Amino acid sequence: MTETTKGGLTRRSLLKTGAAAAGLAAGSGAITGFPTIWAQTKITLRQFGTGVSNINAVAEKCKADLGITLEMTATDSDAAAQRAVTQPNSYDIADIEYWILKKVFATGVIQPMDTKKLKYYDKIVPLFKNGKLTPDSVIAQGTAPHTVGFVEKPGDKKFAKEETQWFTMVPTIYNADTLGIRPDLVGREITTWADILDPAFKGKTSILNIPSIGIMDAAMIMEASGKIKYADKGNMTKEEIDKTIDFLIEVKKAGQFRAFWKSFDESVNLMASGEVVIQSMWSPAVAAVRSKGIACKYQPLKEGYRSWGGGLGLASHLKGAELDAAYEYINWYTSGWVGAYLNRQGYYSACMDTAKEFMTADEWGYWIEGKPAQGDIMSPEGKVMEKAGAVRDGGSFVERMGKVACWNSVMDEDRYMVRRWNEFIAA
Amino acid sequence: MTMVVPPPKTVKVEALEKPPITLPPSLISWLQAAPLTIILGAFLALPILMITVVSFWDYDFAQMYPDFVTFNYAETLGSWVTWKTYLNTLKFTFLVWSITLFIGFWVAYFLAFHIRTSAMQTVLFLVCTVPFLTSNIIRMISWIPVLGRNGLVNSALIETGIIAAPIEWLLYSDFAVVLAMVHLYTLFMVTPIFNTMMRIDRSLIEAARDAGASGLQILTNVIIPLSKPGMAIGSIFVVTLVMADFSTVQVMSGGQSASVALMMKNQMSLLQYPAAAANAVVLLVLVLLMVAGILRIVDIRKEL
Repeated sequence: MTETTKGGLTRRSLLKTGAAAAGLAAGSGAITGFPTIWAQTKITLRQFGTGVSNINAVAEKCKADLGITLEMTATDSDAAAQRAVTQPNSYDIADIEYWILKKVFATGVIQPMDTKKLKYYDKIVPLFKNGKLTPDSVIAQGTAPHTVGFVEKPGDKKFAKEETQWFTMVPTIYNADTLGIRPDLVGREITTWADILDPAFKGKTSILNIPSIGIMDAAMIMEASGKIKYADKGNMTKEEIDKTIDFLIEVKKAGQFRAFWKSFDESVNLMASGEVVIQSMWSPAVAAVRSKGIACKYQPLKEGYRSWGGGLGLASHLKGAELDAAYEYINWYTSGWVGAYLNRQGYYSACMDTAKEFMTADEWGYWIEGKPAQGDIMSPEGKVMEKAGAVRDGGSFVERMGKVACWNSVMDEDRYMVRRWNEFIAA
Repeated sequence: MTMVVPPPKTVKVEALEKPPITLPPSLISWLQAAPLTIILGAFLALPILMITVVSFWDYDFAQMYPDFVTFNYAETLGSWVTWKTYLNTLKFTFLVWSITLFIGFWVAYFLAFHIRTSAMQTVLFLVCTVPFLTSNIIRMISWIPVLGRNGLVNSALIETGIIAAPIEWLLYSDFAVVLAMVHLYTLFMVTPIFNTMMRIDRSLIEAARDAGASGLQILTNVIIPLSKPGMAIGSIFVVTLVMADFSTVQVMSGGQSASVALMMKNQMSLLQYPAAAANAVVLLVLVLLMVAGILRIVDIRKEL
């Protein structure tokens, strides 16, 4: 294993020069920015990432528009992180989440992008540049994307404090998570994360059993109940972890939880069968419950959302024509069609302005502006998702993404946290 | 065939008739053992060796570092979670083992001694295996709509007025875990016990009856001792399956209960392979001890 690392280092330093040369070529106007049809040269880009954004429709459209063949591999997020680091030559484009980028980038497998070559860089939502959706937003806790978004120069392992010319990843999708409820069964207004502790819901609640995300939901709940105030929920001290886990164990022993879910379908089934009435949930799961004709709401809460996001990063080994193709792919990705597709799935995309051109006014109104739907809202696959008159839970893009309390993150005390989390599950 | 074979005329023929190349007998034995040795070596011994080696390595988020550290074991054995999880897994093992043994024994007994024709025995035995034509996961998950809060059992009981509110402990509880495991693993008991019972010489039972033994005495003095090897084999199946199970515990307890394998899965999903490997070694040692214990009580080779 050490040998591989050593080999990788020398190769990487070689690549750096290669990348710099490619940068020079770009600077000198060798790339004009007009889409080139790559079909003649048969360029293939290998992309891997989590299932949410590895969509076949995107690969097909990419082939049609650019002539670039996209080979997509979908894995779960743990495997994705591992692959990014341990098999850097097995991919050209890494589609990974920002919280894990913090660790992945430090190993030198991703090269930063020159923002001058990103055609739509100016249109990328400012959230990813300075952490503020609107000029007066408060920067959220956790691994906010802008904190891992830039480096001073290619080859740096440390992130820059503010916006620079070197962008680590172009955001693909992001969203704001909250609690899902069964409005027909809770029987009252749900306004805060602490409502999950209400004795009325004893044995009818659930949180997710994925330690790095579950601990954040737990932190939101605990802080909302007034038991603790975290300096940074996304990077707890040992003492804070202890307090949080002890609290969870206490709540578990009192029988507040019905189950802990680990996968998307489990959360759907728990909710649809009425086993739980309030739980941690992801937005497509809410849509899935609703598509069964069962009332389910993605309840906005006063403390705000727990947010997550992913992006596309370029593998360090890319150079020459492949690197150009990768830039072209990313420019195409942000040019609107993909963004509209992702927005229609209920996620958010990096360049809202370009996506807007590919959406109908009604779709834009429903998904982004929080307006009531004029007609039926269709999923990108052509299934009816919402009937006319429906309003998106949580409202508009600005209302939802503007109220992010915390981003998914990886803590310095990660190992300790996992050990204590296992204690919570065993308790 | 009266023709006389002419005697060998030349030395050349003698050379032709020289016996083919013979291998030393010991080499033949080695060759015969080789395929299994290679398969077991490559797919069993080597991986276990690697797991053992990795369990002494250091690790961080992305990589494992060859080293010789014992903290993976210290952390595993020194934490109350491990002990509690092992106790919990042993509890499930004991419960599932005793229930499957009881059910398995009587099903096999019925098949072996109460069904007269061997054709019928085969048919009924095949009926037992029908559920196994579907996947393990499906059979397990099918319990969820049956046992749930609004499931078949609860809604039937409420509609008939037997209970007023749904019984909560039917699903996402230890009860549900044990029920699903018994359902999944009973056949592993039935098969070997049925097999040994079929080999019991019927004249032994007749002799016992002639000697004045009661039905109970025949059962305890003849049938049970003679079916012990089957029970032992079934027990080994069930014990190893339950000790290593993680999906049943996770799904049926709704993640509320921990099992050793689930603990390993959690560690692996966070790429903490050395810690999981240490756990695997501990589990392996424990299961081997249990199997050794079973084999110590019952000599399964005696009856095979």
